[in-house]
Amino acid sequence: MPSVLTVYRWELRKLLAQKRTYLGLAVVVLIPLAFVIALTLRRGGPNDVAFGRYVHQSGLAIPLVILIFAANFILPLVTALVAGDIVANEDHNGTLKTILTRSLQRGQIFTGKLLAAVTYALVALLLMCTVATVAGTIASGFHPIVSLSGTRVSAASALGLVYLSFAVYFVPTLAIVAIGLLLSAATRNSAAAVVGTVMFVLLLNLFDIVPGLESLAPYVLPHQYDAWMGFLRSPIDWTPIVRAIWVSALFAIPSAAAGYLVFIRRDVAGG
Amino acid sequence: MSVAGAPAPPLRVRGLVKRYGALTAVDSIDVTVEGGDVYGFLGPNGAGKTTTLRMMLGLIRPDSGRVELFGRDPLREGARALAGVAGFVEAPQFYPYLNARRNLELLAAYDGGDARERIDSALEAVELTARAGDRVGGYSHGMRQRLGIAAALLRHPRLLLLDEPATGLDPAGMRDMRDLIRGLAREGITVVLSSHLLVEVEDLCNRVAIVRRGRVIYEGSLDGLRDGDGAAEYLLRSSDVDAAASVCSRSPGIAGIERAGSALTIHAVERDIGALSLALAAEGIAITELVCRRVTLEDVFLRMTEGSDGEAAI
Repeated sequence: MPSVLTVYRWELRKLLAQKRTYLGLAVVVLIPLAFVIALTLRRGGPNDVAFGRYVHQSGLAIPLVILIFAANFILPLVTALVAGDIVANEDHNGTLKTILTRSLQRGQIFTGKLLAAVTYALVALLLMCTVATVAGTIASGFHPIVSLSGTRVSAASALGLVYLSFAVYFVPTLAIVAIGLLLSAATRNSAAAVVGTVMFVLLLNLFDIVPGLESLAPYVLPHQYDAWMGFLRSPIDWTPIVRAIWVSALFAIPSAAAGYLVFIRRDVAGG
Repeated sequence: MSVAGAPAPPLRVRGLVKRYGALTAVDSIDVTVEGGDVYGFLGPNGAGKTTTLRMMLGLIRPDSGRVELFGRDPLREGARALAGVAGFVEAPQFYPYLNARRNLELLAAYDGGDARERIDSALEAVELTARAGDRVGGYSHGMRQRLGIAAALLRHPRLLLLDEPATGLDPAGMRDMRDLIRGLAREGITVVLSSHLLVEVEDLCNRVAIVRRGRVIYEGSLDGLRDGDGAAEYLLRSSDVDAAASVCSRSPGIAGIERAGSALTIHAVERDIGALSLALAAEGIAITELVCRRVTLEDVFLRMTEGSDGEAAI
């Protein structure tokens, strides 16, 4: 019998057949490459960013600098590029009616799409992390780094921490996927859903500047992007990491549930 | 929900209503399609046919009323109610960036079971085997219509719902599409065919529902529609046109009496014309000419669907 897994597999195949997919992946590959090339051409570095002053001493500092740089806009955009498109694209092509008159329930189709969008976001993060680590290591070597607490971290441990940091960044990314999917199902318009998702997460930064809301700022999504820095302290600071998990869940679960309800109840007209 | 012993009909629609704001697109539609029917859903564009078909397939939610496919409600049971049912509404759509075979593979996977094994024969049935490797994005409208039929055949349907399947096809394509539908009906598939073309429905269907402004204004056989009261028009010349008009107006079953110069045109069925001729003779009026101008189905259809009030026009 067809299942969520059937939808998931075909969603991945469809992603592989679309240009949009490669656009996002090209961005996450080109950014670290461009950064490393720029580093090899001149001596300075981004000294005002955490780990920025170590980029010439260890290639392992480079993925962390890239993560800080891409966290607020680039990675949410790449994530939204697929999450915001994955339902709306079917509206645009008129294919929703084609797949909804087969033997799968709407809920199974939505879940398969959610899993595919999550997979894409994960692949994009892993790709960026790996390209940045490899290119960084080629440019600046596989050397120990200095943690945020000033302690020396061996190169092997640092490599593990780099991937762990991207894994922690993946937690708020899940919320962005859920928001993108909700907007994709509700707006039925790919561009509106992609832009809407990015705008929404950018607008959450207002909590930092609007008087009276500053106390809430640590509990909105953008503040969870650098929760991984907890791993680069000694001893490990679990507070931001735990907060990233529950705050992200607070954004992700209602968005995914709302997207699910919209999708299973909505009329499929047009196309 | 079937009556004890009797299997539920392939399609039963009761009191279906869909409103869009102030517009009632579908207004209390009742339809029953029996097994083996080739059922025409006939009406001008904008009559509410496609909206009704979408509700039949569970794509949109009715404001009230219900649909049963072999006794199962797509609103409550979702895709489970579509077991044995296939078809398309408006132009069939596919992933333009995948080729035809890949599209069918996806749909077969979404169908489960042995649908995948039917891909080759479905492509063959619609004569797309040679183009199966091409991206659907480059397909003509006609090819996409045929691929739509192929996609429906994968489900091995017992009930096929087709929305304007011949629209946009060239004459040869239309003929091929009709042959295909006729062949499927011969295999025992119950077909519901929506169309705004009377000739298409006349050619294929044994029963019709005529839809106008969201309402079914006639349901039954096409012959019944043609032979309905007042469906035939007669031209009557007699020795005294005024006296004849007066006799006509008193005779049961004679309607639409109009004077055209020295003649009268009347609407009546054959039985009542016999009685009228006797009545005229009894009044001493000689019939000099009585010609039946059989009204074409098209006349009836146009009168029904274009008149100011559908019900009164029958």
